[in-house]
Amino acid sequence: MVTVMKQAFTATLALAVVILGTALSGPARAEVRIDITRGNVEPMPIAISEFFGLSAPETELGKNIADVIQNNLVNSGLFRAIDRAAFNQDSQSLAVRPRFESWRKIDAQALVSGKISTEADGRITVEFRLWDVFAAEHMLGRRYSADAASWRRIAHVVSDAIYKRITGEEGYFDSQIVYVAKSGPKDKRIHKLAIMDQDGANHRYLTDGSSLVVKPRFSPARKEIVYLDFYNNTPRVYLFNLETGRREVLGPYNGMTFSPRFSPDGNRVVMTFEENGNSEIYVMDLRTRQSTRLTKDPAIDTSPSFAPDGNRVTFESDRGGSQQIYVMNADGTDQHRISFGEGVYGTPVWSPRGDLIAFTKILRGEFFIGVMRPDGTGERLLVGGYHNEGPTWSPNGRVLMYYRETRGEKGESYLYSIDLTGYNERLIATPGYAADPAWSPLNR
Amino acid sequence: MRLKVIAMLAAVSLVAACSSSGEEAATTENTGTQTTAAPPPPAPSGPVAGSREHFIQVAGDRVFFAFDRSDLSDQAQSTLDAQAAWLGSFPAVTVTIEGHADERGTDDYNLALSARRAAAARDYLIAKGVAAGRIETLAYGESRPAAIGSNEAAWAQNRRAVTVLTGGLGS
Repeated sequence: MVTVMKQAFTATLALAVVILGTALSGPARAEVRIDITRGNVEPMPIAISEFFGLSAPETELGKNIADVIQNNLVNSGLFRAIDRAAFNQDSQSLAVRPRFESWRKIDAQALVSGKISTEADGRITVEFRLWDVFAAEHMLGRRYSADAASWRRIAHVVSDAIYKRITGEEGYFDSQIVYVAKSGPKDKRIHKLAIMDQDGANHRYLTDGSSLVVKPRFSPARKEIVYLDFYNNTPRVYLFNLETGRREVLGPYNGMTFSPRFSPDGNRVVMTFEENGNSEIYVMDLRTRQSTRLTKDPAIDTSPSFAPDGNRVTFESDRGGSQQIYVMNADGTDQHRISFGEGVYGTPVWSPRGDLIAFTKILRGEFFIGVMRPDGTGERLLVGGYHNEGPTWSPNGRVLMYYRETRGEKGESYLYSIDLTGYNERLIATPGYAADPAWSPLNR
Repeated sequence: MRLKVIAMLAAVSLVAACSSSGEEAATTENTGTQTTAAPPPPAPSGPVAGSREHFIQVAGDRVFFAFDRSDLSDQAQSTLDAQAAWLGSFPAVTVTIEGHADERGTDDYNLALSARRAAAARDYLIAKGVAAGRIETLAYGESRPAAIGSNEAAWAQNRRAVTVLTGGLGS
């Protein structure tokens, strides 16, 4: 039943990288720069030329790669792509050297050029350069060689390199989303695990919809996911190997297990175990299969998420009388509440940068996505409405993805992303209804 | 359409009749003398005694909860009393109590809350003499709504624990 296409997911993709210099410039000065900590920045005008190739297939690939890069950068909200129809220099002469004055005329601040060649063994070499138009300087250049089928990955890697060069922060484009695809009427909904690139490409289903599946989460190495499956009417946390398609129940628990997440080192899975109506948080060591109980309280304790250093865990509990966010040490000591604002709080998830915890907040019938510091200060709500839930962080901790469900009998549910600044909310295209997104770490 | 209405009216009166006999059973049990509940009278020309339909008609298969609560209201207790009595009459029957939540909470919390609701109903049935080994529980959270609207009437129907007969139903 469960089949996984192998080739599309292997992280072993051989991307030979060469860093390119240029005779034009010394060490590049960062004239072209975006400070992404500021909200609502004016998007930087960028010209992304089709990558030059001699043959028809190379020319087509060159257009496709430029399109993917452009889509990534524009979706980040930080860039505005200049229409290629306005370009005054063709990709062939651009591949030799930019005529900066003609790019200044169309107000491009940054310029991306590139070329593609095909090796005797059929592999492709893709070279790109990033230029500072006004300073007439070379900012960045790299050359990649890989299978032609990997052109999308190359485009994402190039996008990440450009993003990092201009913002000073790691990118997030070479990454995947695993989520729950939903179809059918609200009371007879079919749930399937699905996986896709962060831009929606390479979408495929991982389960066949015969059982209810909930909240998949990536392992740090991205080769496995953990999730809740109601297979055989027995809700248990499963470990799913994305390369082999093999899955197994995690833990010896005689009761429902749910809300699993990996530890940052990938050696442990923290999850909730429910027995006789009481939900507690346990951590299981995947090497020894030994489980340790972290909470001991008749209240609901669930939704655990490790800090990126692995030393602490945030979770939610109604032990104080309402659903709130708590933090504890990874051994279960020092459990203390951190959310004290109006309303109730759930689904805490620690930023990969460690500086913030994202959450769902329910206040006066509205569901918000927000962030606060791990000590509970600095609460900020990014988006509100009838139902927004379940944030997941981009690998660089700058963007949150979540799902939104509409009010009413249709209950239409889709994925959205928003910048940490609260700007640039975007719908993530999926073939049908979608919920429970989890963003993978960056591919390495 | 008209036939359906009549059937429903009949069902309502039967449930009402049975609730009171359920309360009696509970009262007897409190005095420590309850051993077997008298089999409910077979519904004339109704469902076969001991069937799922009979259980739903005679006892009612579900109880409802207030928002974010798992304690049993008087009405829920009286339905569970009737379920316990019915299960006392059909001792081979096994059940799964399915807990559910409305859509106005977060998913993990709703799973835990619906597990609490199922456990509350199960514990009550056990206290009323149903053997623990006959009862399983299953928590669905908000993923299986009975009513699909987004209003208080729909949510009230969805905050529920449903007793589903799973085995020992005869042929």
